[in-house]
Amino acid sequence: MRSWQVVHRGLALLAVDYGMSLVLLVVAVGFSVATLQEQPADGPEGGRQLARLLARRYPTGGRVVVVARETQADAAFAQALADGLAGSPIEVAAEVRGRPAELRHVLERLSAAPERIDALAVHPAVARWPLLQELPGEFPSLRHVEVLVPRSHVWPSFLKADNLLNIANQIAVIAIMAVGMTMVVIAGGIDLSVGSLMALAAVVATRLIRDLAGAEQAGAWQMAACCVAAMAICGLMGLFSGMITTFAGIPAFIATLAMMLVASGLAYMTAEGESIYELPEVFVWLGRGADLAGIPNAVVLMLLLYAAAQVLMTRTVAGRYIYAVGGNREAARLAGVPVERVTVLVYVACGVLAGLGGVVMASQLKSGAPTYGQMYELYVIAAVVVGGTSLSGGEGQMIGTLLGALLIAVIQNGMNLTGVESYQQKVVLGSVILAAVLIDRWKRRLWQRV
Amino acid sequence: MEPGSRETILEVRGVSKRFPGVQALAEVDLSLAAGEVLALVGENGAGKSTLIKILAGALRPDAGEVRLYGCRSELASPAEARRRGIAVMYQEFSLVPALSVAANIFLGRETSAVGVIAQRGEWRRARELLEQLGAANIDPRTPCRALSTAQQQLVEIAKALATDARLLVMDEPTAALSPAESERLLAIARGLRARGLGILFVSHRLEEVLQVADRVMVLRDGRLVAMRPRGEVDREWLIEAMVGRRLEQEFPRRAVAVGEPRLVVRDLRRGKRVCGVTFSIRRGEVLGLTGLVGAGRSETARLICGADRRDGGTIEVDGRPVELRSPRDGLRAGIALLPEDRKSQGLVLSHSVRHNFSLPNLPRLSRAGWIVRRRERCELEHWLSAAHVRIAAAEQPAGQLSGGNQQKLLLARWLAARCQVLLFDEPTRGVDVAAKFEIYQLINNLAAAGKAVLLISSELPEVMGMCDRILVMQAGRIRGELVAAEATQEQIMRLAVG
Ligand SMILES: Nc1ncnc2c1ncn2[C@@H]1O[C@H](COP(=O)(O)OP(=O)(O)OP(=O)(O)O)[C@@H](O)[C@H]1O
Ligand SMILES: [Mg+2]
Repeated sequence: MRSWQVVHRGLALLAVDYGMSLVLLVVAVGFSVATLQEQPADGPEGGRQLARLLARRYPTGGRVVVVARETQADAAFAQALADGLAGSPIEVAAEVRGRPAELRHVLERLSAAPERIDALAVHPAVARWPLLQELPGEFPSLRHVEVLVPRSHVWPSFLKADNLLNIANQIAVIAIMAVGMTMVVIAGGIDLSVGSLMALAAVVATRLIRDLAGAEQAGAWQMAACCVAAMAICGLMGLFSGMITTFAGIPAFIATLAMMLVASGLAYMTAEGESIYELPEVFVWLGRGADLAGIPNAVVLMLLLYAAAQVLMTRTVAGRYIYAVGGNREAARLAGVPVERVTVLVYVACGVLAGLGGVVMASQLKSGAPTYGQMYELYVIAAVVVGGTSLSGGEGQMIGTLLGALLIAVIQNGMNLTGVESYQQKVVLGSVILAAVLIDRWKRRLWQRV
Repeated sequence: MEPGSRETILEVRGVSKRFPGVQALAEVDLSLAAGEVLALVGENGAGKSTLIKILAGALRPDAGEVRLYGCRSELASPAEARRRGIAVMYQEFSLVPALSVAANIFLGRETSAVGVIAQRGEWRRARELLEQLGAANIDPRTPCRALSTAQQQLVEIAKALATDARLLVMDEPTAALSPAESERLLAIARGLRARGLGILFVSHRLEEVLQVADRVMVLRDGRLVAMRPRGEVDREWLIEAMVGRRLEQEFPRRAVAVGEPRLVVRDLRRGKRVCGVTFSIRRGEVLGLTGLVGAGRSETARLICGADRRDGGTIEVDGRPVELRSPRDGLRAGIALLPEDRKSQGLVLSHSVRHNFSLPNLPRLSRAGWIVRRRERCELEHWLSAAHVRIAAAEQPAGQLSGGNQQKLLLARWLAARCQVLLFDEPTRGVDVAAKFEIYQLINNLAAAGKAVLLISSELPEVMGMCDRILVMQAGRIRGELVAAEATQEQIMRLAVG
């Protein structure tokens, strides 16, 4: 065997088994390097850092004055600092929130008081005030007082916790919808209606809450019921798509294309052409809340769904049937697989999950509008295909789809961070999808040849 | 015709090929002269198809060289092999079903004027080629899917001739043909030899090997174990060379008391293919169903298992009438079908051996929808060894198995399925002699366990050797029933022709 063959085969095996995670890793490292920059410690991060610094400095206790300006970022800084110090032996003698004049006022009071002050814990912006520079001259009694400032550090913006959570939030909706799509594609079909279904679900759920559950006064259970009803309607639409593809023999592409138009029209009709905003505050719990160790609820929901779907596809009879139907429909039928039922059910599942995507989206945006989900079917299909699921059916993995969705989101996010124009972003995304499909073909040929 | 006096077309030297877990070919040598027919025989998985794929440029050898017309050639792709005058008919067909005969023959070599295919010219040339093959009855304009298996094969040969091939390579060309059709194909092969083509063909039918081959080469476990001119070989020697031991008898004996009727079929009909078929199979009985290709045998089996809807007629299993809307219903009623085309109807080729084995058995291998993996593994091991399936790993895609092993895998799956009625449609197609014997034994075991077996086969010795009774079908009707012990081939043929 020649050396290029070895390389070719090695690469292909990598592509099969670890390809997507590898690509993801490379892209992530690339964006990390590209977004490496000075991170000013002016937010909550700075507050926490300073709290740690103080605790190390005065392990047996001390008295500090916290100084920050009146902006929101400063408030978050002060809050994080206070939280960080809570329970430690360090005592906050005073907290100054305002301008230099106010600080001067407080310092005058403190320098006159008998208790000793150990340090000033200040926001980075405060550290630049002239008053602090002149401190020893102006207040001789405070000469020994240290001024502690959180230090800025170099770190990739891409890898900041906020940004990572941001990515996770962005992909949650697409990834949830992609679970259903993966099943459909593995079963040898395609569903173009998911984007419209998600808009329909968002509109139906919000309208039901507004009109039947008491708008802003709606209770949690009532809202849940409305969302379930919206998802059920999407499931019914999926049922319909499934029935016409299996029993009338209409290609899934056409049937779901028609469904896409129908669902979109229904969404506009339901919303009467407007957005629906009359929703209670708690409605955003699903989309914006983060109850589990700071992980957004939508992301938790997404991960749970992937775990469940992975188990379904690999450990259950239903999963085997889905693969078999996509792999060789006739052989599956002759082996006693209820081919029709399996096909219809994957479309139902896909519809329900598209509905769930719509509900999450409505919750994230705290409104329902028929314009949601445009082009989403394409992103969802792209996630599935980039994740290595073959459009000819019978092959693919849930985990691949999750990685595919992640890859797309990471590329989008990274391009935003590095300031790539949105038109250029489209070109890049399109190329990524193309590359993924090429890898898929290559894999296939190799399977036949080797 | 003594080889050596003619120009040597093909020489293979020390070719080896390894797949994960198996050495498919090990240092194989061969040479083939113009106007010579070389037969390649060996057990399932011996490496025959692998050798052919190497000659076709579809696989690259790990070591060794292929020499064409005296000089070393790298066959990097099928297109290149075709350009160098090698035409290959694979074990599975490579015709495009929706395209016309003419379009298939000239696929990839269309004669065109400014991009527009010169259709009339193609039709005329296709007709000429088919006439040379004595197949003037095939209209070049019909789509290939409308043709019978034998006709498709002729189209494949015409396709090969259209390239002015010097070397025709055929992998089990007669496996799917009835005896009469095989006869015709072999006659054509002889005609091509007379025109100076070199022919290399693979077959599990030793009679035809002895009939047409000038030389025979035997592969065992990827090694060349013998290469002899026809004059020096006979059937026993061939079997011994292939299997490595003597085979005492071809059909194992069965001593089973036949019991109550298990499957009763009355007046089964569907369109023009099946017109009022009535028969019954008893417990412990093997019933043969034979006839020419297209007589309606497979269609009958498909109706009985629920794969197609019947227009009329009743089916009873153990005295209870069964209503079948799908093969799933058939399976519930205890009826299983081993379909005739394992690639398109039997297996999911890209899925693992394990998944293929389990597919119809999942209800039994699962609890509340969850697959019990321990049970699955146990059964897989048990039945694969019971059916003598040779695999490298349970996770290997079924498409990587050799043809005969794919067939045995399907058999293993149905053995595990605990059905009362088993419909075997050409169960030994593409299976080597030794494995055939094993399959016959499995069928006998099923009969001994009180099952009812329907054995559809075109090979008369097989039906005569294996069955208790034989039904002969022609044009959708049962033309006669014979007791196997007293039947002769002539009797059967007379009924089959109608
Ligand atoms: N793509 C592949 N990957 C792995 N193993 C393979 C592949 N193709 C063939 N094999 C293995 O190589 C061996 C030889 O296979 P081959 O198809 O050449 O057998 P064969 O002689 O044609 O058998 P048959 O008579 O059953 O058609 C078998 O063990 C088979 O499982
Ligand atoms: Mg073979």
